[in-house]
Amino acid sequence: MDYNKLIAKKCIEMKPSGIRKFFDLAAQREGVISLGVGEPDFQTPWNVREAAITALEKGKTKYTANSGLGELRSAISKYIDRKMGVSYDPNHEVVVTVGGSEGIDIAIRALIDPGDEVLIVEPCFVCYSPIVDLCHGVPVPIETRAEDEFRLTAAQLREKITDRTKLLILPFPNNPTGGIMERRDLEEIAEVLRGTDILVLSDEIYSSLTYSGEHVSITQIDGMWERTVLVNGFSKAFSMTGWRLGYIAAPEPLCAQMLKIHQYAIMCAPTMSQFAAIEALENCDGEVEKMRQEYDMRRRWLVKELNDMGLCCFEPKGAFYVFPCIRSTGLSSEEFCEKLLDKHNVAVVPGNAFGDCGEGFIRISYAYSLKHLMTAAERMREFVEECRSGNC
Amino acid sequence: MDSLLKLLKTNARLSAAELAVMLGSTAEEVNAKIAEYERQGIIKGYSVIVDGEKADKNAVTAFIEVKVTPKADCGFDELARNIMAYDEVDTVTLMSGSFDLAVTLSGTDYKEIALFVARRLSTIEGVISTSTHFVLKRYKEQGFFIADEAEDERGFVSP
Repeated sequence: MDYNKLIAKKCIEMKPSGIRKFFDLAAQREGVISLGVGEPDFQTPWNVREAAITALEKGKTKYTANSGLGELRSAISKYIDRKMGVSYDPNHEVVVTVGGSEGIDIAIRALIDPGDEVLIVEPCFVCYSPIVDLCHGVPVPIETRAEDEFRLTAAQLREKITDRTKLLILPFPNNPTGGIMERRDLEEIAEVLRGTDILVLSDEIYSSLTYSGEHVSITQIDGMWERTVLVNGFSKAFSMTGWRLGYIAAPEPLCAQMLKIHQYAIMCAPTMSQFAAIEALENCDGEVEKMRQEYDMRRRWLVKELNDMGLCCFEPKGAFYVFPCIRSTGLSSEEFCEKLLDKHNVAVVPGNAFGDCGEGFIRISYAYSLKHLMTAAERMREFVEECRSGNC
Repeated sequence: MDSLLKLLKTNARLSAAELAVMLGSTAEEVNAKIAEYERQGIIKGYSVIVDGEKADKNAVTAFIEVKVTPKADCGFDELARNIMAYDEVDTVTLMSGSFDLAVTLSGTDYKEIALFVARRLSTIEGVISTSTHFVLKRYKEQGFFIADEAEDERGFVSP
């Protein structure tokens, strides 16, 4: 059988994630020390785990409502209000999803018709463009720059808007750069969007990890709530990656459509995870703050260390990544990562895995203990020195 | 506990400059704060976490429950002071519960510890009884994993 003839073209054309390749390379080696993961190193807070255990003990293992437990949707709505002062009706404007990833998927699928252009702020998380492609939409990258601290500027946005523009994907705080959008940056973006029919998919999965004041959501800016699908989740904030739980919040007419896809594709998010998530939203502020402070400490140390070894990086103010420029070594992103792995057994991710404009950069995660970071940084320093003296 | 102390507890060899970067402060401020903690006796000293078993195969540690009769004028303090004066004694703690003082001891072999308890500890005036427990394996000490390294279950690279 010639499977290639049978499989959907759009799927065959889909490139596997550039991250995956490095995972495979690293997995074949012994003694690798990695700075490559995009998930917290902390345990899920104990009270959250306990809430899931209790749910299991009580036999709460049936389907929930398609949009998620009512109690959880209420808790989500209250949480968003408490953190950002934005209100969503828990009954019609919130859907509990299988991770933020599902939220992104159903939002794009609900909104994109063939030929619709989707503006994707790059560098970014790897899933947006393949999903747009699957919907026969047209991904239009907007390349942000290191000198702007990888913020989206109004001018860059304006330049890419056409009659076919349907959606802007706004991923801040950003994976892989650690860049954030402050209120004034968002005001400028809002100014461009107001009066258009362009929708926004705001992926704010890292919203609780910011290091220079509170996170600002585009939904807080005048005229933006009604055009925005807000995606968030539990993985990063509460260290709950394996629980696969996230949510979308959006105006009812949008939510109702996304809910249809969710209902046919997923039914409902895992029930035990939903019970645990209520506890996370209601009783984990202290734990979240403790983790944030720990990340912050590592972040400060790492940024200084990288700049000292000659890998320039701006100060990332969100998420748990640093995105240093490696051009001074004379290597491309992939060469840098391959050689660093080969010679010093340190795994990092090449910046171009997150979009073409990530070329010349690498992503380093600081979701690792300080001790681990220090060992890895020492090896990287040696490597950079070898590159400088032409020995790599 | 403030973040400076927490950091020092995980690694007392961090330089003032490194600590300053992590805490968003300056090396001078960090040094001043450490000096202040030392002056106030909040920082008592700087030590190292040793896997005693690896350093010396025969080394033995014991945990001893001691019951005592407190003295009318000075309570448990004088007895505790008598016990802590011995070099072999690592820690002395006053406890709530079914015994009074918890003492940890280290020695070069079981016999040395047994003899110490028999000759020195139980003979102290006011000591009613002792119960000696030998440490078989240490798993975690002062926040550090002793027996095994912490394992990272995450993969090498993920989105």
